[in-house]
Amino acid sequence: MKVVKYSSIVLVTFVIIAGIAIPTVREPQGLFEFPMIPGLGQKSRNIFFHVPVAWTTVVAFLVSMFYGYRYVRTKNMDYDIKSVSSAGLGFLFCFLATVTGAVWAKFNWGDYWNWDPRETSIFILLLIYGAYFALRSALENEEARARLSAVYSMVAGLTVPFFIFVMPRMMAGLHPGAAGDVEGKGPVLELKMSSNMLFVFLVALLGFNLLYVWMLDLRVRAGKIEYQRIKQQTS
Amino acid sequence: MSSWAGTFAVVSKDVRSEWRTRYAVNSLLMFVVTAVSIILFALRSADPASDLLAGMLWVVIFFTAMSGMSRVFVSEEERGTTLTLQLVATPTVVYFGKLLFNSVLILFLSLIISLMFQLLFQEFSIKSYAVYVISLMLGSLGFSAASTIIAAIIAKTRSRGTLYAVLLFPLLIIPLMVGMSSTIKALEGSPFGEALPDFQVLAAYLMVMVAGSSLLFDYVWKE
Repeated sequence: MKVVKYSSIVLVTFVIIAGIAIPTVREPQGLFEFPMIPGLGQKSRNIFFHVPVAWTTVVAFLVSMFYGYRYVRTKNMDYDIKSVSSAGLGFLFCFLATVTGAVWAKFNWGDYWNWDPRETSIFILLLIYGAYFALRSALENEEARARLSAVYSMVAGLTVPFFIFVMPRMMAGLHPGAAGDVEGKGPVLELKMSSNMLFVFLVALLGFNLLYVWMLDLRVRAGKIEYQRIKQQTS
Repeated sequence: MSSWAGTFAVVSKDVRSEWRTRYAVNSLLMFVVTAVSIILFALRSADPASDLLAGMLWVVIFFTAMSGMSRVFVSEEERGTTLTLQLVATPTVVYFGKLLFNSVLILFLSLIISLMFQLLFQEFSIKSYAVYVISLMLGSLGFSAASTIIAAIIAKTRSRGTLYAVLLFPLLIIPLMVGMSSTIKALEGSPFGEALPDFQVLAAYLMVMVAGSSLLFDYVWKE
């Protein structure tokens, strides 16, 4: 875990410095200049933050679902602690993705919120996380709380493929890759980025994921201690 | 007892106990009347377009589902009959019985809601009946599939009413949006082929929801 901790700190720091400090120019030469992506300009830096954070949100949701499944199979409380810790982090990253996305949307598309398919999806994901925690707080018995919230996260997970694969192709949207987009799949999916930009982007992806793993480890450890304490108090 | 016979036994038990009181159906019909008259008052002076009315139709179906579908499991919990049901029937039988009861209920209610819309709104003229009927049926069945498993979860909690809406809303977005889009196509008289992608999504949602919840129901039902 020490490796994860230090490398996540180093990588995210590198991304913040490189992503903000490296200038964007029209004709990039050498390693320390980014190309101007048409339509994005200086705003293209947000790729290094918005996309990895949104990606980590989905990873956290899947991890939470996975440990929920392990819990209902084994009834081992450790899995529930892992599941709820991951859900909490997913909520945090989901919020960050929404905020970075809304700011980007304001300056690129003119409005903080446009109900584009991906914006709708992330709004629904926020609602699912909110409902998950509301359900947990409504159940007092910890076994029932762990079991039912795990089932809810799995049922909600069943709808996620529809949001990711079906909805953006049915509705017209503003994100790259939506139905009827003339510019193709956009800089991330079609790798329009220059190689140094792509490098920073991949480092950001790795760095934010490692940051998530480290935070998850901290939360799980704290959660286990808290669980032991409550058990000792009640027994 | 085979699982088919068991499923129908659960449904007939629910239908019989509903028939004795007619509590759910009566209150839901009154709910539908109330909701439709609110829309009528709100749109009284305006001249509503057909796509607005298609949206309103799904809003009414949606809130009817939210207020009525949780009863199948909540009533078992309130009457204290959950343990008996756990003893006499397997979880799969219980799930499919409740799903069938909910599906019949919501299909009946959406039929009533459609009839009311037809009678009360001149602009609500269905030009392509096949598209309309299929989108209404697939959408309502998708609603009942998602609401049944959430009803099973919600029956074990304390604050049932409000939480049900909170848990259900994110799951119902897909059938709601796709159902609205295909209903608009039915009102505009689009050919069947144009609405086919919508129906594919609705059918896929229905299958995924039923398959997933029948697998997960065991963990909700068994304490």
